Amino acid sequence: MELNVLRYIVLSPLIGFLINGIGGKRLGHRAVGLVANATVLISFLIGVYAFTVLLSMPVNERLLTDTVYTWISAGALTIDVKLMMDPLSVVMALVVSGVGFLIHVYSLGYMHEDRGYARYFSFLNLFMFSMLLLVLSSNIVLMFVGWEGVGLCSYLLIGFWYEKDSAANAGKKAFITNRIGDYGFLLGLFLLASSLASKGVLSLDFTAMAGHVALLSPAVLTVIGVLLFVGATGKSAQLPLYVWLPDAMEGPTPVSALIHAATMVTAGVYMIARMNFLYVLAPTALEVVAVVGALTALYAATIGLVQNDIKRVLAYSTISQLGYMFMGVGVGAFSAGIFHLMTHAFFKALLFLAAGSVMHALSGEQDMRKMGGLRTKIPVTYAVFLAAALAIAGIPGLSGFFSKDSILAAAYGSGHTVVWLLGFITALLTGLYIFRLMSMTFYGESRIDEHTAHHIHESPKVMTVPLIILAALSIIGGYVGVPRLLGNIFGWHDSDMFVHFLAPVFPVVPAHKMPVAVETWLMIGSIAMAVLGVFAALYVYVTKRMQPAKSAAQAVPGLYRLLLNKYYVDELYNAVIIRPLMALSRSFLWKFFDVWIVDGTVNGSAYVTEWASARLRKIQTGDFQVYVTIFLIGVFSVLAYFVLR
Amino acid sequence: MDFLRENILSVVIFLPLAGLLAGAFINRESKSALRWLTLAVAVIEFAVSLLLVVWFDPSATGMQLVERYTWIPAYNIEYHVGVDGLSLLLILLTTFLTPLVLLGSWTYIKKQEKDYYLWFLALETGMVGVFASLDLILFYVFWEAMLVPMYIIIGVWGGPRRIYAAVKFFIYTMFGSLLMLIAIIYLYFAHGSQTGAYTFDVLKLYGTYLPASVQGWLFAAFALSFAIKVPLFPFHTWLPDAHVEAPTGGSVILAGVLLKMGTYGYMRFAMPLFPAAANAFLPYLAVLAIIGIIYGALVAMMQPDIKKLVAYSSVSHLGFVILGLVALNIQSVDGAVLQMVNHGLSTGALFLLVGMLYERRHTRELSEFGGIAKKMPVFATIFMIATLSSIGLPGLNGFVGEFLILIGSFFAKPAYAVFAGTGVILGAVYMLRTYQKVFWGRTTNAANEGLKDMSPREIIVMVPILIMIVWIGVYPKPFLAIIQSASKSYIQYVRPRAAALPVYRQGPAFRTPERLK
Amino acid sequence: MNYQLLFVLSFVLFVVGMIGVAMRRNVIIVLVSLELMLNAVNILFVSASKYLHTLDGQVFVIMVITIAAAEAAIALALVVRLFRTMGMVKIDDLKRLKW
Repeated sequence: MELNVLRYIVLSPLIGFLINGIGGKRLGHRAVGLVANATVLISFLIGVYAFTVLLSMPVNERLLTDTVYTWISAGALTIDVKLMMDPLSVVMALVVSGVGFLIHVYSLGYMHEDRGYARYFSFLNLFMFSMLLLVLSSNIVLMFVGWEGVGLCSYLLIGFWYEKDSAANAGKKAFITNRIGDYGFLLGLFLLASSLASKGVLSLDFTAMAGHVALLSPAVLTVIGVLLFVGATGKSAQLPLYVWLPDAMEGPTPVSALIHAATMVTAGVYMIARMNFLYVLAPTALEVVAVVGALTALYAATIGLVQNDIKRVLAYSTISQLGYMFMGVGVGAFSAGIFHLMTHAFFKALLFLAAGSVMHALSGEQDMRKMGGLRTKIPVTYAVFLAAALAIAGIPGLSGFFSKDSILAAAYGSGHTVVWLLGFITALLTGLYIFRLMSMTFYGESRIDEHTAHHIHESPKVMTVPLIILAALSIIGGYVGVPRLLGNIFGWHDSDMFVHFLAPVFPVVPAHKMPVAVETWLMIGSIAMAVLGVFAALYVYVTKRMQPAKSAAQAVPGLYRLLLNKYYVDELYNAVIIRPLMALSRSFLWKFFDVWIVDGTVNGSAYVTEWASARLRKIQTGDFQVYVTIFLIGVFSVLAYFVLR
Repeated sequence: MDFLRENILSVVIFLPLAGLLAGAFINRESKSALRWLTLAVAVIEFAVSLLLVVWFDPSATGMQLVERYTWIPAYNIEYHVGVDGLSLLLILLTTFLTPLVLLGSWTYIKKQEKDYYLWFLALETGMVGVFASLDLILFYVFWEAMLVPMYIIIGVWGGPRRIYAAVKFFIYTMFGSLLMLIAIIYLYFAHGSQTGAYTFDVLKLYGTYLPASVQGWLFAAFALSFAIKVPLFPFHTWLPDAHVEAPTGGSVILAGVLLKMGTYGYMRFAMPLFPAAANAFLPYLAVLAIIGIIYGALVAMMQPDIKKLVAYSSVSHLGFVILGLVALNIQSVDGAVLQMVNHGLSTGALFLLVGMLYERRHTRELSEFGGIAKKMPVFATIFMIATLSSIGLPGLNGFVGEFLILIGSFFAKPAYAVFAGTGVILGAVYMLRTYQKVFWGRTTNAANEGLKDMSPREIIVMVPILIMIVWIGVYPKPFLAIIQSASKSYIQYVRPRAAALPVYRQGPAFRTPERLK
Repeated sequence: MNYQLLFVLSFVLFVVGMIGVAMRRNVIIVLVSLELMLNAVNILFVSASKYLHTLDGQVFVIMVITIAAAEAAIALALVVRLFRTMGMVKIDDLKRLKW
């Protein structure tokens, strides 16, 4: 069904971007903030409206489209600017615009003092535009537009405080790493287009592709799937392209919450869910997704255990949680992956914003070694932080529990035992690192220096209200998708509404029937892991007031240093790729090949000509009579030749 | 109106020359009169050239708005001009950039202003003439005629090594074009002796039958001449020198328009005139183009001088255009033509911006800058947009062209796109690195403290380019519609007869899915 | 009439003029030798005209004389200028234009 208001969901933040981008400083803080927030709110409200329209439609016909205009048309290749909204994109659009709006509101307070206020909000609006375009586009090229657009905004916002070299470097690193992923994504797109075209279908529309990918051979589909996933590893910070995300914490904290936790980084998960029709036909590619996701989850969690910067812990946690989502979609449980994406958006946005609130209270301090005992000083922040921490740790009853559990259950149920095991261990680590963070920040004794301690204050309402709303969502957000098993216990029979809602979008995965007993034990197991992690952290850091970092550094110095330095991956990339490439370009290609070989040949031929001419010109003595004599000799020789011949 | 309609192309070609004659009578001391006059001429020229679009029918194939007069009857040389979508867009690009360049030079040029502005008008006539000519001799005359103003612009108003750069530019180009002249004359006689009709009309010459080996030589002569102009690796070393030494206006026109003459030459002359040879050479051209893409980007990455960096990036971008032309399917060729325009806009914008920076600081060394964004926010914003356009961000013009080229070359041969695609990454690397070094960080150099942001005049220069950058990125359809028939007939000329004619040497087959043809 | 003798005369005069042009140092003498060569050609023209019974040769002679007169005038003017500016008329010193 055509629903022409869809375009305004996307357009509204774009208008906000134009107003704030061009009007900028002349508008004044109040107007800038109003425009930025209102446009996002409008998107959200239209999204809600579209959602109701969608709900009123029969389950299998839930698809709204909005064709705006033909964008590119070359030969048989036509790419439309066309939006579509099905259950999957409506979930994404609502999460993006809803969480986005809350973060916009929070930013009003957080960025109040900043001199780049208008610039900040215009970039944030541009981000909303790109992200909504990404989730609502009906073809893969338009999706790529949004995909790159969010990358650009991420670059601009990471480098927002561009006078800091670290911020500028981090922005550049993010963009370039993403570009490496995009290269893979583009190749996947091209391969998909050309193989479909060779079957007589040249369309990059999702619906058209979904109907025809079955024509392609599994080998081709696997290659396509893996290439697209390379794009996802860039955008969603998975191994081996995750390196930009921890550095991205150089940006303002709301940006970390919005872009680098809740929305943009989940684009890769969304993309794979969107391309589910392709991935189900390429099981090997899905396998790759699941394994990479699981490895990343564990890998990032281990690094998160030893970081001391509050935002960096959260960044590694994000990488780890994204790994869970990939694990989910990778084992074919697309709705579980998206479910986790949604709950994660709530609690991770909250964690970041609350961390921002902590930093706000401590005049910008990010090092957890200089925090502690904040529980009583900033109670609201503490309360919401606790809610989010319990949610991410997977404590039963909170949103994170439901989504994480459905992923783990799906992993085990589909026979991916190794993947499940990795996720299972990560569940322990998650509780551990997040409550290590809680302990170092909120519990124990204060390690805050005198001067800062003096200024500690709770954040203003404009910041705390969004925090409270997000906290509520983090707690109850999971109840839209309560696993059947639990629902049954409480006599609630269609408790997994979320799965039902998304069901028309996703293929019917052969139901992996698990005995109820197994499923129950799995659930108990993961609850146990989470609780164990939480209490271990609390015991070590609060009850015993130990400093495990020191003892670990003494006991296993090698491992500790390895973790603290993030497995030296940045250094490795630097030494193996970046430096050799720079050296090659500078010393060989430019200074040697370009200057010596190519230009040398050119200038060399000029020098040879000049040298020869310098010799030849000696003949021109300038003496008129010599010329005459030579001329006459010439004339006579010619005459003699013709006469005597 | 009828007169104008019948002679519109001649008007567009010679209007700047008329302006030049008028300007010649102005006292060289009345500088502002000269500035305004030349600007007015260029603006009117642009307005008139818009009539071309009005009267151009994108759905028709073949040349339109043709004018044809006998010029030298003895050799059947004609004044024969006409446009198709390809030349139309390039003419528009020329007339679009010229007024901006003139306006942008007002404070940059500080000696012999009169000569500078008048030479630019002469240059414009030459450039439009090159794109409009359909007679090979006429084309050759314009081709050489446009060299002279450029040579003088670099040689008189250039930087410290301007003489070296100007001579290098001239001789490089001249070397190639003389070979081309010989090939033109050979072609004339070959065609004449076969059909009895001696003509330089390129449309008629398209059908000339030539033995494959002869085609190979003639193609080589044309291709070399155009390869130097493009510049295709490894004939590119004149470009960095010329760009660095040329004044801003010269660089803009050089990058924006003159380089396109090389790619234009491939598409109009070299490939369709000698299809068998072209097909045999295709893989080699593609490889050179890809090497150019990667090589240009890598070398650009290491340049300490911003202008040199942009110059090397041109090598990379033009590699994309050539790749699009040799991939020989509708997507890639459409993309290539669009990319010619895109490169003119984005690189033109970058050169203008670098020129503005140079005017303020008299240096282009990256290490001299840093933290400029704080001092010149408007400038930084516009530079960012130009940068993003250059690295092909979706939503801006560069993406549409690059995407079509890459997808088209993937259809032709996946390996092309696989290698060329790395240029997308490298492009981001060198442009963002430059942007960071110039604009971000702290202002460490005291000389940058007092920098003034853009003046209204400078903003007026940039705004039209920015509008075009966004327009083509968001709604490229009208442009693609104009290009369409030209690229279709180009593919027809090059492709099908290749099979019918004896093949020079069998290159790898090009695979195009049926539906794309 | 002995045309052969006339032809030989013209040839000898021409060679004499030629040697003068090639050997003599003084610009004026060189010019005189040049005139000698022209007149050698004139003799050849006239005798050939008579020999071939056509008027063409004689027409050419008139032409040559006219142009030679003009040429001599310009040449002598140059010599005068030369003498005034450089103070000499030695031909092998006139190498100023050589770079």
